[in-house]
Amino acid sequence: MAMPEGWLTQLPAPAGTLEPVQRRGRLALSEQGFPSRKQESWRLTDLTRLEALFQLSIADQKSDRSSADSLPSVPEQALRLVIDGSLDPLQGVTLPAGISQLEGAELQQALGHTLSRCRCASDWPVELNHGVSQQILALRIRGNVPPLELVMLAANAMLVPTRVLLLVEEKAELELLQVVSAQGQAAHSHLLEIHLGQESKVNHGLLALGEGQESLLANLAVEQESRSHYSLVSVSQGWSFGRLEPRVVQVDGQASTSIHGLSVTAADEQFAVHTSMRFEGPEGTLDQVQKTIAADRSHSIFNGAIQVPRPAQRTNASQLSRNLLLSGRARVDAKPELEIVADDVRCTHGATVSQLQEDQLFYLRSRGITQSSAAALLLRGYCKEVLDRLPLDGSQRWLGGSLQVGGMTS
Amino acid sequence: MIRPDAELLLEINDLHASVEDKPILNGVNLQVKAGEIHAVMGRNGSGKSTLSKVLAGHPAYRVTSGSVRYLGRDLLELEPEERSRLGVFLGFQYPIEIPGVSNLEFLRVSTDARREKQGKEEFDTFDFDDHVRNRLQVVQMDPAFLERSVNEGFSGGEKKRNEILQMALLDPVVAILDETDSGLDIDALRIVAGGVNELASPDNCTLLITHYQRLLDEITPDYVHVMGAGRILRTGGSELALELEKIGYDWVDQQLAAEGVA
Repeated sequence: MAMPEGWLTQLPAPAGTLEPVQRRGRLALSEQGFPSRKQESWRLTDLTRLEALFQLSIADQKSDRSSADSLPSVPEQALRLVIDGSLDPLQGVTLPAGISQLEGAELQQALGHTLSRCRCASDWPVELNHGVSQQILALRIRGNVPPLELVMLAANAMLVPTRVLLLVEEKAELELLQVVSAQGQAAHSHLLEIHLGQESKVNHGLLALGEGQESLLANLAVEQESRSHYSLVSVSQGWSFGRLEPRVVQVDGQASTSIHGLSVTAADEQFAVHTSMRFEGPEGTLDQVQKTIAADRSHSIFNGAIQVPRPAQRTNASQLSRNLLLSGRARVDAKPELEIVADDVRCTHGATVSQLQEDQLFYLRSRGITQSSAAALLLRGYCKEVLDRLPLDGSQRWLGGSLQVGGMTS
Repeated sequence: MIRPDAELLLEINDLHASVEDKPILNGVNLQVKAGEIHAVMGRNGSGKSTLSKVLAGHPAYRVTSGSVRYLGRDLLELEPEERSRLGVFLGFQYPIEIPGVSNLEFLRVSTDARREKQGKEEFDTFDFDDHVRNRLQVVQMDPAFLERSVNEGFSGGEKKRNEILQMALLDPVVAILDETDSGLDIDALRIVAGGVNELASPDNCTLLITHYQRLLDEITPDYVHVMGAGRILRTGGSELALELEKIGYDWVDQQLAAEGVA
């Protein structure tokens, strides 16, 4: 299927730092056309909701700034940058020691490198971001730096493209919380690249909060050198249409990766998480737990790819997909996808789909706790295991420690 | 402690119940007065655990006929949470693990639910902390278990201690302990039994469901009942348990066969 007619041609002429990227993205979109359900990774997607994105106007420097007034306070020492597709997020900001902006040749050299290593540079949502992003936040992280909170806002029925590149140098350490927030039927197209140098450590949280009518396309590409540690904790809720694609590659093995996710859907929302983990060297580890809660008529999708090619001997990977259905009309599709060629590896995976356990509910009720409080307590427990992992006290500051699930405070 | 003038707390009349349309209880009759300790014994499948679950209100068990009166009211019409608040406690044979829910918070919420019904004030967080630490002594439990998720990663013995801790906090009128002795070593058994003895008073009653005499060496029952085919076949004093230890349950089969049941 072709892209919506005239959409590509009405985009502003390619310009600025990202000019070559914009040209590339637009060419790719016109060649690839629109995703089709015949393609495996889009098979379960409600494409009409993806098409609806093309009705939105694209945020640019001339757009109204989204209001950042009502954001929760940021922890002392932490640096908050607000990205909304209009103003430069670094305007008026003094960067702390250890964090510097990447520019010029350095930036051009780094840009897209991790996307290629993660083999996702030509993925449709990535090319969409290529085609429409007009600015990039590119930072070099050196040593032990203050925590970083990136707040990405979208409102007023706009499509907000954001692109971020983080070069984390050898032995550097970064606590990063991304908060992706949207209201007013707006949409995000987000593209993030993180390069972790040897022995570096990144503790990354992604809190994606819509209000039920918004859309999210987010691609996270992460490249790990040896002896680096990368942890991703993602929590999403409230997206009419969402697709989150974290892709991690350990380029020389001997690194550790942990991925914990929670996606909550209600009403007729559809949210898909496609994770990909690739080990290109020996002795890498992965610890992954993806949880979903699907209420009402919502649809939650999880696809978890793990690739262990021949050089990745003695890889130790575990993946668990846990899915909770709160309604008989909710739907969950969970698919692990393991490609293991190396012979000396340990890879475990599992998927469970269940309702709230009757025995757990009865146990709580037999202790004087009402049915509805017991259900809320069980949901809170289920969410807490992921929420508590968010860095920068993200759960307390942004959610008051809990989520609203299916009319219950979890 | 048997007192002829003691208040009748629990009165079970001709109770029949099924699970998944399979009849399990076939006419249980039992009266329990304040201050009494009753032991309910019998083979696997005799209906002991079903009786405990029916009394606590497990939704999977359906009462098909008969009645249960508790402190003069119809127990069977109450939701499980209401029964707990009014003082009915079930100690689970297999306590349930609840990941992500702090044991301390769970204990506080359930204790407050019971206290409200007793007309007592809710605890604030600090007062509850003191209260629960005090009650921990009843079962000699390590305070570290308060910080963990409910029963998660607890050993069998720790789970049972946690049950008796809940009993100590909820101050029940009727405590039903379903095979509290199973999975306990001798030391843990003594501690748990010591807790049960400490909590027994002239104002409450205890129903011990067990297979073995060894629990009854530690807790002396006033009455021993033997269940078979979903009803009480024989009732005696504590000496009946000792007799069962010697003669086993073969007589149950003979009695049921004579009655044309089995």
